[in-house]
Amino acid sequence: MSVVTSGRYTFPSYNLVFFIFLQLGLHSVEGVWPLPQSITSSPERYPLNPQAFYFTYGSQSAAQEGCSVLDEAFKRYFSLIFPDYSSGYGFLRFSVDKPFTVQVSVGRDDCDSYPDEDSSEQYTLSVSAGQASLKAETVWGALRGLETFSQLVYQEDFGSYYVNKTEIKDFPRFQFRGILLDTSRHYLPVQAILKTLDAMAFSKFNVFHWHIVDDPSFPYQSRTFPDLSAKGAFHPMTHIYTQSDVGRVISFARMRGIRVLPEFDSPGHTQSWGKGQSDLLTPCYSGSSPSGTFGPVNPILPSTYKFMATLFKEVSSVFPDSYIHLGGDEVNFSCWKSNPDVRAFMLKMGFGADFTKLEAYYMENIVNITVALNRTSIVWQDVFDYHERHTSLSVVEVWREGCYLCEVRRVVKAGLRVILASPWYLDQPGPTHNWARYYTVWPLAFKGTEEQKKLVIGGEVCMWGEYVDATNLTPRLWPRASAAAERLWSDEKQTSDVDKAFPRLQDFRCELLRRGIQAEPLFVGHCKHEYQGV
Amino acid sequence: MLKFVSLLLALSFCQGLQHNNIDDYVEAEPVFEASKYGSLWPLPQKVQISEVSFKLTSSSFRIVDAKASSAGPSCSLLQSAYRRYYEYMFGSAKKQWWSKNNRRSDPSDLSELQVWITSPDSECDGYPSVTSDESYELTVNQPVAVLKAPKVWGALHGLETFSQLVFEDEYGAKSINAAIINDFPRFQHRGILLDSSRHFLPIKVILANLVAVIHCSQGAYHPYTHVYTPADVKMVIEFARLRGIRVIPEFDTPGHTQSWGKGQKDLLTPCYSGSKPSGSFGPVNPILNTTYDFMAQFFTEISTVFPDGYVHLGGDEVDFTCWKSNPDIQKFMEQQHFGDDYRKLESFYIQKLLDIVTSTKKGYLIWQEVFDNGVKLKPDTVVHVWIGGGSDKEMSSVTAAGYTTILSAPWYLDYISYGQDWQKYYKVEPLNFEGTDEQKKLVIGGEACLWGEYVDATNLTPRLWPRASAVAERLWSAKDVTDIGDAFNRLSLHRCRMVERGIPAEPLFSSYCPHEYKGV
Repeated sequence: MSVVTSGRYTFPSYNLVFFIFLQLGLHSVEGVWPLPQSITSSPERYPLNPQAFYFTYGSQSAAQEGCSVLDEAFKRYFSLIFPDYSSGYGFLRFSVDKPFTVQVSVGRDDCDSYPDEDSSEQYTLSVSAGQASLKAETVWGALRGLETFSQLVYQEDFGSYYVNKTEIKDFPRFQFRGILLDTSRHYLPVQAILKTLDAMAFSKFNVFHWHIVDDPSFPYQSRTFPDLSAKGAFHPMTHIYTQSDVGRVISFARMRGIRVLPEFDSPGHTQSWGKGQSDLLTPCYSGSSPSGTFGPVNPILPSTYKFMATLFKEVSSVFPDSYIHLGGDEVNFSCWKSNPDVRAFMLKMGFGADFTKLEAYYMENIVNITVALNRTSIVWQDVFDYHERHTSLSVVEVWREGCYLCEVRRVVKAGLRVILASPWYLDQPGPTHNWARYYTVWPLAFKGTEEQKKLVIGGEVCMWGEYVDATNLTPRLWPRASAAAERLWSDEKQTSDVDKAFPRLQDFRCELLRRGIQAEPLFVGHCKHEYQGV
Repeated sequence: MLKFVSLLLALSFCQGLQHNNIDDYVEAEPVFEASKYGSLWPLPQKVQISEVSFKLTSSSFRIVDAKASSAGPSCSLLQSAYRRYYEYMFGSAKKQWWSKNNRRSDPSDLSELQVWITSPDSECDGYPSVTSDESYELTVNQPVAVLKAPKVWGALHGLETFSQLVFEDEYGAKSINAAIINDFPRFQHRGILLDSSRHFLPIKVILANLVAVIHCSQGAYHPYTHVYTPADVKMVIEFARLRGIRVIPEFDTPGHTQSWGKGQKDLLTPCYSGSKPSGSFGPVNPILNTTYDFMAQFFTEISTVFPDGYVHLGGDEVDFTCWKSNPDIQKFMEQQHFGDDYRKLESFYIQKLLDIVTSTKKGYLIWQEVFDNGVKLKPDTVVHVWIGGGSDKEMSSVTAAGYTTILSAPWYLDYISYGQDWQKYYKVEPLNFEGTDEQKKLVIGGEACLWGEYVDATNLTPRLWPRASAVAERLWSAKDVTDIGDAFNRLSLHRCRMVERGIPAEPLFSSYCPHEYKGV
């Protein structure tokens, strides 16, 4: 490249632009995270003036003004694109800039629906003089395109905004791109959840896996069983999620094209459930008398299944998503073994001494409950490992370390769908600071047919709560989760090089700071707009 | 009358380690129980807490100067501390005007905390130093509580302790138990190093962490900076002084100086590639007189900006390859008869630097390499031991040579691992090295270091707290305060108190605080 120009008098601003390009490489064509499937852009660029910038609906678009998802997104992205502009400032400036219009067209009016497992997220974006044309099948695809457009706009040192001529065709590699938050080991204020949802949309995540209850606390306030949170939450007033809190999270997520997947993990990880629901947990025995402690859910009582059916009926009416996560991991058998009634039940059922059969029996009953509610169930891999027959299972989440692709292969061979979480346990910060290990993950690098590989529907970042609460959640999650986001969205061949990704991720991290997300640094360096809050 | 333990049970720690295959940290899961010392952190040297308790009423409770105190209303350091601690205890200025007149003073009330500075010079307008008296005595009884301290520095620590004794009973009323506390630090130097070079830290982030530092009774604060305006620096120093914290600047030379070269021509050594300058630069150039002129000017300025008696001169990790490549330096080595031993050149540089700094009437700290490389040091040099692995041997040899020393090796908080690594920091015994009693007296304290490669304003506070608090107790409390379980119980509450005071200190384990962090 050369900065030599033909005439003696050149446009000074042109040189300046070039200088910025060379020095910082800030707004090269790859300035979008995660990388779109196909992107071409030219140095030709257009100034954007916030006072002459508009979002409109294309005349052929199935959704028009009044579409809540897009109307709100237009407002949101206007402030994200022009962070310095405040409409209340009120001085009128004579503007020579021509207006710039982003015209959005969608093929279906799904404005009032919820994003789902089959929702198309593909979009095309074409930026030219005076306008950008964004086309998508669904409003969810349009949301992804708006995010991309917002990342294409950049601000120069003197405060002017620009966007380059660009053509993008984009769609996600995997349909399921999730983040798990654990609100049982530490209570996360609703505000912290909403902020995470905002940041998720910036990285095109589309599933919030809400691990809402577990051993330490039961913060979900049930309509049918209010005692569960009244007795099982850390505090019955301040450390709970009311129905309106949950509704707020779901609607906030919907506006960003994010599904809310609830997990009610059983039969293990249920200590807090027992406080508000007597006879639900198995009484453990010490010798021939009850020891006073309790183990997993009691699988031998009909009352257990009646309770679960009622609870899951409520859950399926509160959470609109077609998936429910049933957990089923890490069941400790020692309490079941100690209980004479459980042992008698084992005999009766012909399970011998194999308690995995008892767990399988329990899970099969729970899965059937959700099937009756017309819901697809997800279980942790433990349930797949225990089951001899896999017919009742549908989606398995692989979480254990070691050869996780071996497990993925086993699950898809059984014809079941897979969500991969093993490589993305972000709550474990050490032993190194290296973000690249979340990037150099190859989810389909196992031997299998095309059909089998299609069964890998996506992956998930897990943020367990032993050592995480609102004080450290955001910097622990971002920008490392964004590394996983690119793996799940972008084409693997185009994004396999860590060194190429590093400067892009650094820029993206600065953009997160600009948007108020306290994403931690990847290494030594600085951002133009550092995080100011403390 | 309420027992002290009653509210503390509000916190619960629960078990469960879902989906976490922990390789390096398999330990018993902590279960919270109330400590007989409540939430005191770091634990005072002598504590007696009785079961008798008194109520504190925000409308009538006052912190006042004792009549005999040598510090009066003109001591703004104490006056602003009174207000600060009143607000920590009762929240900011919520005047209960409606209850003021119709509420009679109750015999079970504590109405006053009297602060009595006992020595004729309170040091109210001075700066804390390495020899400052930080001791205090606190007696909580009816009708008034009395805090006696020879100097204001002890009074500040006593106020913190008093505020930690106050708790909310089950009706939300502020209460305190009768207590007698006699306290002083085990080590004089209890520091935190922040690195503002690798990532710029906004001033308010530094200030917020100084607030957190005082919650831990740390004594020295050690930023690593030369990117702030003099006004910024002044603000940090005054903010720290009001909290009894020293600010020790570090200007690390001759290595770690790449950024200096940008603002000062000819300061750094030009590196050579073969017979030509390669265009890159190495450590400070030790063979030019201009280097020492610059340093003399620079450190004279520093000595006026930073009031503390000490400057940290760094001296770590000097890479000799650039010096070796430079023909002028090779020539100089010959002239000085240094042979091939570049440590002698480093020693030459440091020696001249030390003379310069001595002429500004400052004492100095240096990193351990300077000592290891055999640089001739002045007898009052403080050697800062930081290299992990063999640090106990290093402590032995530094103190055997008669130098005062500060320990940091076990407390590099920017290293992260999964699990409760605060325990690792807590279990360190700084005097656990071979040496005589005289040698051990030379250890004046330690510093928790938070280097900046992966840390900036976004994650500094939760990474520092409460892990640095573990270091604080090790450096303040008596040697035999080593009960991990009791420490867990007190630190859990201390962490929630920090969160309540607006410091996003991260959790120790699954649990909750009555008032969760809301600053998201």
